[in-house]
Amino acid sequence: MRWILWTLAGILLGGIVHLATVLALPRTATQDAYARLAPMTPVNAVTPLPSPTPGNAVLPFMDPAFAVAICRYDLSSGPIKLTAPVSQAYTSVTFYTRRGVAYYGINDRAAGRRSIELDLMTTAQHDAMPEEADVTAADRLIIESPSTTGLIVLRALSPEPGLMPMAQAALAAARCQAAQ
Amino acid sequence: MRLLIGTLYTFALAAAIGLGSTWFALTHSAGFNNLQIGSWSARPRAGTADIDPYARAAIARNGALPVAIGDGVSFVARTDDDGRPLDGRCDTVVSGTTPAARYFTVTLYDPDGRLVANSLDRQGFTSQELVRNQDGSFEISVAPRARAGNWLPTGGVERYLLVLRFYDTSVGVATRAEREAPMPSVKSTGACS
Repeated sequence: MRWILWTLAGILLGGIVHLATVLALPRTATQDAYARLAPMTPVNAVTPLPSPTPGNAVLPFMDPAFAVAICRYDLSSGPIKLTAPVSQAYTSVTFYTRRGVAYYGINDRAAGRRSIELDLMTTAQHDAMPEEADVTAADRLIIESPSTTGLIVLRALSPEPGLMPMAQAALAAARCQAAQ
Repeated sequence: MRLLIGTLYTFALAAAIGLGSTWFALTHSAGFNNLQIGSWSARPRAGTADIDPYARAAIARNGALPVAIGDGVSFVARTDDDGRPLDGRCDTVVSGTTPAARYFTVTLYDPDGRLVANSLDRQGFTSQELVRNQDGSFEISVAPRARAGNWLPTGGVERYLLVLRFYDTSVGVATRAEREAPMPSVKSTGACS
């Protein structure tokens, strides 16, 4: 009888351990995407990533059909502006928080122009914007970042291997810089 | 003394159950709002700010960046349609049609998400590269040795998984069933080398 009670207590405590570790893991992880990319990407600039190969990939589960470029951003000194020309095939821009949560993604069709242009800022910075600026900038797409730092991932599809240089060239023209 | 032994027993059991279940959940992509169609499973919500705690912990652990819902959706197959784990020493045929999308890609990874080396240096296909039948359906031979048509080499690895990603698609958080998203079948031919 006593051992049944000890076992029940162990199972109950195990459930608590399970929930605590799942919830704490994102905060304690040292090998998440941001940590892996930090040594090779300057802040608030677009850096092309090497295509994944069997022996070498910066991140797991990268799609080898895409050219990828990263803008590791830091909004602590103000909003940033992102401009990405669209490639012939398919281009997308995805915004991730410091913990790798994809909070916004847009592709070339949704952007509906020759280039994807976005302003990224924190909620506080958006609130601090003068109201008329919001109105005059009607065609500016403003994205609010839930975290001060994070990742913008630009992806351009190479529908066949020979088109990879074209996809990479499209991303090479992308800009991510502090808005004045 | 009995109290001490009992307490130690309880703590050891709690650690084993708690950590074991966490490890299992994160490495077997268990979690909420899984969309299962045939042997393909997806977690469209993992590409949004509403990502569930399990998917959040899994990406923190392996460093992957999920496909955002405004970009596309990603399906994973770890087994064939009969539930057998995908084995790179055997022949598997992926055939059928896919949900509507501007582009899709199919990629072969090892269980840790690394690409697999092979003589052809091919790790996947884009929708544009696939040779198709007249009705638009396709057939991909995932096999260790060369096959006619769309051959995706396995490099002879013991375990692999297939990832099917749809870009610019209506498949997403609201998708529930096969009727909305017809996925290709994954069949083992039984031939192994």
